Amino acid sequence: MQATDHALDDIETKILRGERLSFADGVRLFREANPLQLSAWANLVRRRLHPEDRVTYVVGRNINYTNVCWVQCKFCSFYRLPGADGGYVLPREEIFRKIQELLDLGGIEILIQGGLNPALKIDYFEETFRAIKARFPVHIHGLSPAEIIYLAKISNLSDRDCLVRLKAAGLDSIPGAGAEMLVDEVRDQIAPLKDSAAAWLNLMRTAHQLGIPSTVTMMYGSVETVEQRVEHLVKVRDLQDEAGGFRAFIPWSFQPQGTHLPSVKQASGFDYLRTVAISRLMLDNIRNIQASWLTQGPKIGQIALQYGVNDMGSTVMEENVVTAQGAVFMLPLHEIERLIKDAGFHPARRNTRYEILPG
Amino acid sequence: MRTMLDQLRRAGLDGVHAKLLAGQRLDFDDGMRLYRTPDLTAVGSLANLVRERRSGARTYYVRNLHVNYTNICNKFCKFCSFYAAPNSTDGKGYVLTPEEAAARVAQYAGEPIREIHMVAGINPKLPYLYYLDLLRAVKATRPDAQIKAFTMIELAQIARVARRPLAEILPELKAAGLAACPGGGAEVFSDRVHEELFRAKLDNQGWFDVARAVHAAGIPSNATLLYGHIETQDEKVRHLLHIRELQDETGGFMCFVPLAFDPSNTELSHLPVTTGYANLREIAIARLLLDNFPHVKAFWIMITPAVAQMALWYGADDIDGTVSHYEITHALGTTSHRQVLSHEQLLDLITEIGREPVERDALYSLVGHADEAVSHQPSAVSALTADR
Repeated sequence: MQATDHALDDIETKILRGERLSFADGVRLFREANPLQLSAWANLVRRRLHPEDRVTYVVGRNINYTNVCWVQCKFCSFYRLPGADGGYVLPREEIFRKIQELLDLGGIEILIQGGLNPALKIDYFEETFRAIKARFPVHIHGLSPAEIIYLAKISNLSDRDCLVRLKAAGLDSIPGAGAEMLVDEVRDQIAPLKDSAAAWLNLMRTAHQLGIPSTVTMMYGSVETVEQRVEHLVKVRDLQDEAGGFRAFIPWSFQPQGTHLPSVKQASGFDYLRTVAISRLMLDNIRNIQASWLTQGPKIGQIALQYGVNDMGSTVMEENVVTAQGAVFMLPLHEIERLIKDAGFHPARRNTRYEILPG
Repeated sequence: MRTMLDQLRRAGLDGVHAKLLAGQRLDFDDGMRLYRTPDLTAVGSLANLVRERRSGARTYYVRNLHVNYTNICNKFCKFCSFYAAPNSTDGKGYVLTPEEAAARVAQYAGEPIREIHMVAGINPKLPYLYYLDLLRAVKATRPDAQIKAFTMIELAQIARVARRPLAEILPELKAAGLAACPGGGAEVFSDRVHEELFRAKLDNQGWFDVARAVHAAGIPSNATLLYGHIETQDEKVRHLLHIRELQDETGGFMCFVPLAFDPSNTELSHLPVTTGYANLREIAIARLLLDNFPHVKAFWIMITPAVAQMALWYGADDIDGTVSHYEITHALGTTSHRQVLSHEQLLDLITEIGREPVERDALYSLVGHADEAVSHQPSAVSALTADR
């Protein structure tokens, strides 16, 4: 970061002209840019895409339908192996109750995620989604690519057929979870039994082609290098050029407590903010960058609004995966609005399609 | 950096920028302008310009420990969760004897502590001799560490129980081991806020008089601002300008420390916790208005280590220290209420964000670098000057 005064001028010129940054540019930004440069540039790009000084959020909740999973990711402390004590599958009435609670609070989106549970095949999801849609006007944002790939396999379906059936049953969009680092050398170390980067990207490509949009995440701060972070960003950008279905990018930091990688140091606030800003700069074809205040806390989550973030994500009534790892930040709605206003922006509620709701 | 110049114009801060480049002092209106803009990056970049002019990439830290010798206090400040009333019977009040305080310090015998920070409540039962004994006992236990002790409020109390003018007792306190004063108790120099929140405490003029006497006795101090409660922006600007004026007069201030109010367990617990924006903004504006202060501190205990790290690019050149045993408030917004950073963690925070850690003692002398000139790192933000 000992950037001399003009060391990054060529990159700044590209940013000012709206030109695409290269892989090498991304790496140099990680290595050389100081926080204020990143903030100024990310602000510029963010303002181009969102000139209205608005920060959006969605009122939603997580529903973790099962914690049974055989994949044993080293960074996860949420799962129980099939047959182990403490495993659960939520009864349907419990899912309905959670949705009703959300609707009573004016919520519109459920994030349905769980584990790779061999007992749950396509008919379980079709029936569950149909039952939800028959009862509630709620947007189903659910099932990460890993869950869908596994579901297709144990249901003897192609990924495409599996997605077609899920969509027909009510699946509206897919969370970008499980992307971790889309670099196999990293995945082999932190989640050796999880799908490859290519499998994750292929699933998203198919979904986008079928008209099922998604978000995309990046879990940084485990064992990856700066180059591998940029590789992740470039792969996401390439797929977006091709299929165009990513609505938002959500970087979040690996939470080492309670995982099988306890020796990894917790990533800092600065590491989060620079990663967010560089994501904003690299991902010229993704409109929204979402804050992860769940892992960063409200202070850094708010400061991220000066580092390229334009969306505060879901108000998250319930989260069991990250919280199992020790991140315990929960923010009530009025607090999210206060943070947005305090930072000089107008808070606006959105739906899952990032359309502003009448306020 | 072109983008930043553009951002300064958008934020209406190009005039402030021009003044900084010309070496002109900012005024009240500039201060208000800095508070009113939501553009934290623009404010931060101006503060960083000043910070780098003064300190380059250097970030001062200290290996320190805190001793709060009593929590008994007769001031009943509404923003405080630390005190126990003098005649309360709930058993929460305590006083450390000089020996007990020394024993607490002795627990850290193996650590290269350079600064012992001692502040406490205003306990009317403690006689003058207690304070001298306290200083002597602690100093005898750690002669290699400097004692930074007693807010202006405590010093006024010590003079009161000694029944002698401050100018007479300060040399005695100094001889007993007092090296510097921490500067707390300033809160906000506003009669309105004083009346509402801390009316029993020394008034604003009194704080100034004590600070003058302290500096005249050759004891340097810090100064503070308690923000995030009921104060207004113009009260904060006036506060900073008052302090600047006093510094012009005495030159005895070393460091300015914006203190983030922690509402939990106070009479103001209905107020929200200070935001990350507010934490960085207060540091930046203090750096910009207090052109005669050598240092501005990011006190990580109050604003979280993550925000304190960022603050090193928003005007702060001091991150306090390892802070063993802090009791007054708890770190807010962190998942763990850990009250200690190891030396290694502190160095990591500083170097990761591209700053150069420099260990200091309580008087800002460098530790272990006695004759070394400290390098000035060129900085990208200095381009604000170059591009103009």
